[in-house]
Amino acid sequence: MDDIPILEVRDLRTHVTSDRGTVRAVDGVSFSVARGRTVGIVGESGCGKTMTALSVMGLLPKPQARVVGGEILFDGRDLTTLSPRELQEIRGRDIAMIFQDPMTSLNPTLTVGTQIMETLRRHEGLSRAQARSRATDLLAEVGITDPARRLDDYPFQFSGGMRQRVMIAIAISCNPKLLVADEPTTALDVTVQARILDLLHDLRDQHDMGLVLITHDMGVVADIADDTVVMYAGQIVEQADVHELFAHPEHPYTRALLGAMPSLQGDGGRDGRLAAIPGMPPSLVDPPVGCRFAARCAYADRSDGCAQGDNELRELRPGHRVRTAHPVSALTGVAS
Amino acid sequence: MSTPGTAPAGGATPLLQVTDLTKHFGGRRRRGRGAEEAVKAVDGVSLTVGRGETLGLVGESGSGKSTTGYCILRLLDASSGTIHFEGQDITHLTGSRLRGLRRRMQVIFQDPLASHNPRMSVGDIIAEPLVVHGIGDAAGRAAEARRLLDLVGLPSSAMERRPHEFSGGQCQRISIARALALKPSLIICDEPVSALDVSVQAQVLNLLKDLQDELGLAYLFIAHDLAVVRSISDRIAVMQGGRIVEAGPADQVYDSPQHEYTRRLLAAAPVADPTVMRRRRLERQAAVAR
Repeated sequence: MDDIPILEVRDLRTHVTSDRGTVRAVDGVSFSVARGRTVGIVGESGCGKTMTALSVMGLLPKPQARVVGGEILFDGRDLTTLSPRELQEIRGRDIAMIFQDPMTSLNPTLTVGTQIMETLRRHEGLSRAQARSRATDLLAEVGITDPARRLDDYPFQFSGGMRQRVMIAIAISCNPKLLVADEPTTALDVTVQARILDLLHDLRDQHDMGLVLITHDMGVVADIADDTVVMYAGQIVEQADVHELFAHPEHPYTRALLGAMPSLQGDGGRDGRLAAIPGMPPSLVDPPVGCRFAARCAYADRSDGCAQGDNELRELRPGHRVRTAHPVSALTGVAS
Repeated sequence: MSTPGTAPAGGATPLLQVTDLTKHFGGRRRRGRGAEEAVKAVDGVSLTVGRGETLGLVGESGSGKSTTGYCILRLLDASSGTIHFEGQDITHLTGSRLRGLRRRMQVIFQDPLASHNPRMSVGDIIAEPLVVHGIGDAAGRAAEARRLLDLVGLPSSAMERRPHEFSGGQCQRISIARALALKPSLIICDEPVSALDVSVQAQVLNLLKDLQDELGLAYLFIAHDLAVVRSISDRIAVMQGGRIVEAGPADQVYDSPQHEYTRRLLAAAPVADPTVMRRRRLERQAAVAR
C-alpha cells in the first residue's frame, strides 16, 4: 500500500451564491486518499458531500459556486491554481468521476462504443481501430457479456446496472489514479448494487486507484470504505477507519444517524419506533456559531455551553477525529 | 368469491381483497405484424389487507409492485381478476361510484414535491379533496386543513405557504394530511420515504404508525427497501416478475425466508456493519470462483 496520498484536500471552502445569500456549502473540509484505498464520504442531503466532490473535480456549477479557500493537492499539484485547460487534461485521464444516474451522464444519441472511444482518443491519442479494440476490452473488464457486439448498442438498450458498468468503463479507460463516485448505486436495486460495489472494489485493486465514494447510505459505507468521513452542515463531524467508526461512533450525529436506520432484524417491527433525529440541519447561509448539530443533539442543552463553544475537529484516539464537546464514549463512560 | 386461506382468521371480510389480479401491457394484434408479446406486469396476484393493518409489498424495480397498487387504486384497469374493497367489487366501478371509492382509498407517492401543485397554498392543497367532493364550506374546510396540519406535525402557519418552501419530509407530511382529508380506511403508500434522508425517513415512518394507531387506518406499503418495509409492516408480500413469491407475517418472512428470491434480496440488503459486509463480499467472490 502506498502511504503517500494521491489526493489531499486541505481546509477546502466552497461557497454558493443563492437568492438567500452566500451558502457556505463546504466549510473547512480536510481529508486524504491513498492509492489502493477507499474513502467513504457519508452524510444527508445538503451536508456538502457532493459539493466537495465537484470542487475536487473542478466541476462546480459556475458562476454561482466557487472554491474560496483551501488546497486540493493531487499528485503534488494544487488543482485550485490550475487553468481550466490544465484541469481538463487531468480530468478524465488522471481523475475520473461517475455519477448517480448513468442515463443522464450518457449521451442517448450515441452508441456506448462511440462514447468510450471518445475518451480514449482524446486522452490517449489512439487510432479508431485501437480505440475500438481497447473499448471492447474495457466492456469485458466491467463484466458486460458479448462486448464487441454491445459496443454498437445505445444507452437505452442497457439496464440501469449495465449502464453504470458502461460509465465505469469510461471512467477507468485511461487508468486514472483517482476515481470519484457520487452515489453510484443509489438508483439501482440492491442485488445490482452489491455487484457494482464489488466491481468498484476489484477495479480499485487492479488499477491501484484511490477511490472516493460519496453516499447517504451507511450500509454502502460499511460495504466498501476503508476510511470514513461523516459530514454534517458543510463540515466533517467525524473521521475514522470504517471498523472503528461503526464499532465506536463518537459524534452524537453519527450515532443518531445509525440509530435512525431501520434494521432487517426488526427493531420491534410494527410495534417499535425508530429513533428519528428531530428537526432539520441549519441554514448554511448563516450557520450557528459553535456546534452546528447542537439544536438536534440529544446530548446538548447542558449548562457547559457546548453549543456556543469552540468546536474544532480533534483527535480523540489515533486516526479517530471528532467535532463535538461530548463524544459518545465520554457520556456513556465507555473507555475504548 | 372466496379464496380459502387468504382471508384473516375468524371469517371477517378483509378490508381489501385482491384475487388473481393481472395487468398486461401491449400485446395487441397489429395489422401485418402479427401479435406482439404482452408484458405481464402483474401476473396473478392475490392479497388481502385487514382493517387497521399494514401489508408491505416489497420487490425490485419492474417487479410489478407499483402497478399492483395502481390497479387497486383504479388508476389502471386490471386485465383480469377482481378487487373487493369494503365488501364491494370495485374492479369495474365507473363515474360517481368510482369517485365515491376515492373517499375511502387514498394514495401517497414517492416524490413529495412533484405531487403538489406549486402554485397552490398548502392550505388549498390539503382542502382540495374536500372541495372536489363538495364537503363543507370554505371556513369549515380551512379549519379542517388546520386540524390536519396539526395532526401531521406542521404548524398552522404553513397554510399560506407554497410547497417549494418546505423540505422533502415536510412535503411528505403535507401529502399525508391531504390523503387523510377524506377520512379514508386505506392508504396506498407508494415508496413514501425513498426520497427522504434517513433521519427524516424515521420521522415519517413514525408518523404513519402513530396515525394508524390513532385513526385505525390500513396501509398497503409499497417499497424496495427491505428494512423500511419491515419496520412498518404486520405482514409482508415479496414480489418478483409480476408474482408474489412469498408472503407471511413480517417476522416469519425475514427470519426464515422460504423462497430463494427472498433469501437473495435479504442477503443483498446493505447493513451498517463492515464485518458483515466484508464477509458477504468474500462469499460472493467465492461463489463466482466456483
